[in-house]
Amino acid sequence: MQIYGEKPTRFGYGEGLVKLGEINPNVVVFDADLAKSTTTIWFAEKFPTRFFDAGIAEQNMLGMAAGMSLMGKIPFVTTYGVFVSGRAWDQIRTTVCYSNLNVKIGGAHGGVSVGPDGATHQALEEITIMRVLPNMTVLSPCDANEAYKATLAAAEMRGPVYLRFGREKVPLLTKPEDPFEIGKAVVYRRGADVGLLATGHMVYHALLAAEALEKEGVSAYVLNVHTIKPIDEEAILDVAAKCKCLVTCEEHQVTGGFGGAVAEVLAKRRPVPMRFIGVQDRFGESGKPDELFEVFGLSAAHIAAAAKDVMKAAGK
Amino acid sequence: MALDAAELKRLKQKARQIREEIVKITYTCGGAHIGGALSQTDLMVALYYKFMNIDPKKPELANRDRFILSKGHGGVGHAVVLGDLGYFDKETLKEFNKTGSPFGMHLDCLKVPGVDASTGSLGHGFSIAIGMAIGARLQGKKWRTYVMLGDGELQAGPVWESAMAAPHFKVTNMTTIVDRNMLCIDGSTEEIMALEPLKAKWEAFGWKVIELDGHDFNEICDGIELANASKDQPAVIIAKTVKGKGVDFMECDKKWHYAGLDDVTMNKALESLKKGAK
Repeated sequence: MQIYGEKPTRFGYGEGLVKLGEINPNVVVFDADLAKSTTTIWFAEKFPTRFFDAGIAEQNMLGMAAGMSLMGKIPFVTTYGVFVSGRAWDQIRTTVCYSNLNVKIGGAHGGVSVGPDGATHQALEEITIMRVLPNMTVLSPCDANEAYKATLAAAEMRGPVYLRFGREKVPLLTKPEDPFEIGKAVVYRRGADVGLLATGHMVYHALLAAEALEKEGVSAYVLNVHTIKPIDEEAILDVAAKCKCLVTCEEHQVTGGFGGAVAEVLAKRRPVPMRFIGVQDRFGESGKPDELFEVFGLSAAHIAAAAKDVMKAAGK
Repeated sequence: MALDAAELKRLKQKARQIREEIVKITYTCGGAHIGGALSQTDLMVALYYKFMNIDPKKPELANRDRFILSKGHGGVGHAVVLGDLGYFDKETLKEFNKTGSPFGMHLDCLKVPGVDASTGSLGHGFSIAIGMAIGARLQGKKWRTYVMLGDGELQAGPVWESAMAAPHFKVTNMTTIVDRNMLCIDGSTEEIMALEPLKAKWEAFGWKVIELDGHDFNEICDGIELANASKDQPAVIIAKTVKGKGVDFMECDKKWHYAGLDDVTMNKALESLKKGAK
C-alpha cells in the first residue's frame, strides 16, 4: 500500500473551503462555535464577511443557511456530525431536502476514533439518518486529499450534500491529482476471493486487512466507496460478481449505514453472503482511538477475520 | 397616519373576500386550518395589497420583497391571497389538497408560484427569513423580508435561537409578525405552554416590539411602517388577533384550528362574514 503522509480528513475540508472562498464568491460558511476544531476558522480568517458563527444553535444555523441558499449563496454548514445531523435533522429534512436547497453540510468528528470525548461526541448515526433523506448526497472521503476534492465537488453540484469527516490524523491514500467523482467508487485492489468495501478512513484498514489476507493466500478486492448516496451500484455488483462474498467496513452503526446501503443493492440485484464491520448497535465510549478500534471490532484483524468467515459462508 | 377612507375600504373588502374564499376552499377540500387562516388574513392583506413590492406575473423577480409564512399551516390563506393576486389561475385552488394537486396543506415553494420557501415544520421559517435577509444584505439589495409566525409556534425552541440571532446579526431588513391569536390545537397558549410576558421576552432578546390590533388596518399599517423604519434593532409586531376571525361561531374556539365544513356550516360561515361586513 502506498501512503503519502497523514492528516485528519477535516483538514481537507478546511483547505477545500479556503479554495472555494478564492474561486467562488457565492460560497459562505457557517459554524456552531466549533470553528477551530472543524477548521472553518481558516475560511473565517480569510473571508470574515462570508463567515457566520451561529453559536450553539444548530437548528437556526441550518435555517439561516437555507435562507441564504435561496438567495443564490452556497452555504457550507459545519459542526460536529452528531450535532448537525441530530439536533438539526428536522431542518435538514423539511427545509433543506424537501425543497432541494443548495446547502452543504459538513459533519466533523465521525466515528469512535474521536476518542476521549466519548459517546456524546462520536457521530455514529449520520450516514443512516442523512442517506434516508430524498435529494441528499452523502460523501465519506477516505483521506484529507479526498476530503478536499469532495468539498470542491459538493460546491459544484446543485442540491444538499452531507460530508463526513474524522477528527484524527489518518494516512493519505490518494494523491492531490487523483480523480474524484461523486458517485464513482474507486478500486484499490482487484481480487477474486473476497470483497472488502470500505468508506471513510476504513479504506486504510481494509487495505491493511487485504495485505494480511494476501499473506495467507487470500486475494481481496478493495473498493473505496466515498459516495454512500447515490451509491455506485455497478462497482458493488462487480465485486459481488467476482468475489461472491464481501465485507463492508464503516466506522458507524451497521444498522442502516453504509453496510445497509450495500446490502440494499445486493438484495435487489445479486445477493451474496455479507459481513458487516462497524459499530454493532451500541454507543461509543471514551478512550484512545486505536484502542477503541479494537474494542469496537473495527481494526484490520477484525476485517480479515470477517473476510474468512464470509468466505466460508460462500463455500470457499 | 390614518388610512384614507377609500384605502381602508379597499383593504377591508379585500380581507372579507379572502376570508370568503378560505371558507369556500375549506368546504371543497374537506378540511383545512381555517381558524389560523382567518386570524392572519388582515395582516396578510396589508402586506400583499399595500406594502410588498411584488409582481405576480414575475414570481421570481430578483428584487421582490419576500414573505415567509413560518406558521405553514396557514397555507390555505396564503394560497388564496396568491391566487387572488394572479400568481396562478385561482380556479386551480378548487384542487387544494387533492391528490396530485400542486397545493398541499402546507405550501411547497417548488410547486406554488409566489411561495418563497416551503414551511410546515414550526420554527423553521423564521430562520429561513433571517438567512434571506442576511443574503440580501450581502448582495447589497434593498428589498425586504417579511415573516409571520404563529403564537403557538413560539413554543418551539428554534424560534428563540432565531430570536437571538436576528439582533446579533443586526437584521433590520426584515419585519417579523406574530399572529397572536391565543390558541394552539389543544387549548389556549397560556394553558398549554405559557408565552406571557411575551413582549418582555422579545425585548429581552433585543427586539423593538410593536403591539397592535391585528384586525385594525390603521394599526396594522402604522405598525408595519414603524417596524420597517427600525434601523438599530429588528422589529417584531405582536398582532393581537382572534382565531377564526369574522366567522362568529368559529371565533376563539379551538375546535376550528383544523376543521371541515358541510353545506350548512359553510353557508352559516358565509352569512356571518357578510353580516360582519355591514
